[in-house]
Amino acid sequence: MTVWAAMLTATLIMVVIASVLAVVLRDLLAAVLALGAQGLLLSLAFYLLQAPDVAIAQAGVGAALTTAIFLLAIWKTRRKEEE
Amino acid sequence: MTVVVRTITRILFPIALVFGGYVIMHGHLTPGGGFQGGAVAASALAMVVVAFGAKSLSGKKGLLSALESLGGVAFAALGFLGLGVTFFANVLAGSGGLFGNPVPYGPNPGDLNTAGTLPLMNWAVGFKVLAGLGAVVLLFALFGGEHDR
Repeated sequence: MTVWAAMLTATLIMVVIASVLAVVLRDLLAAVLALGAQGLLLSLAFYLLQAPDVAIAQAGVGAALTTAIFLLAIWKTRRKEEE
Repeated sequence: MTVVVRTITRILFPIALVFGGYVIMHGHLTPGGGFQGGAVAASALAMVVVAFGAKSLSGKKGLLSALESLGGVAFAALGFLGLGVTFFANVLAGSGGLFGNPVPYGPNPGDLNTAGTLPLMNWAVGFKVLAGLGAVVLLFALFGGEHDR
């Protein structure tokens, strides 16, 4: 396995871990931060797949803007998820 | 937000804005372009909205609206500029003037002054995306929530 394939595999595993965390966490602020980390790791995966154009768009929109919008939504409502 | 977030935002805001401008400016040479650079610059605006609250930018609504309209109008006007040939014809390419240098053949460090109307269109799209996404985040933060019900 080349270094590139190892890095890509590790990045994708971390993407899956961050996605699962974003779903299962009960604290919505932590879930949103996990979602932002997932977007950032996904942009790293796009960069490793030699698509830097998509990586920049994913880092800008997926990691930064959606995180900001979700943060504002939590700030306007409640932080804890209800049963 | 806390003073840590505010200080980091003060440091990072100009850097993110300049990096967005760089991505837009080199859109015809390197990966990126109008949308990507505009999204990066809009993330700087979103950072300010999250750190300092929407009230700090509420006076900039008109500016963002004007900037978005300007971007759209500039893009369409640059399309109409080539109407002598076809719509969106690149009349500035190879003319020797603004962005009119011929593209060098083979591997080269990249001449910024090439590609005709494409860099100008990148700037138009970049301003439109920056203002549009910034206005979305700003208005989302300004309205709604507990104090609006």
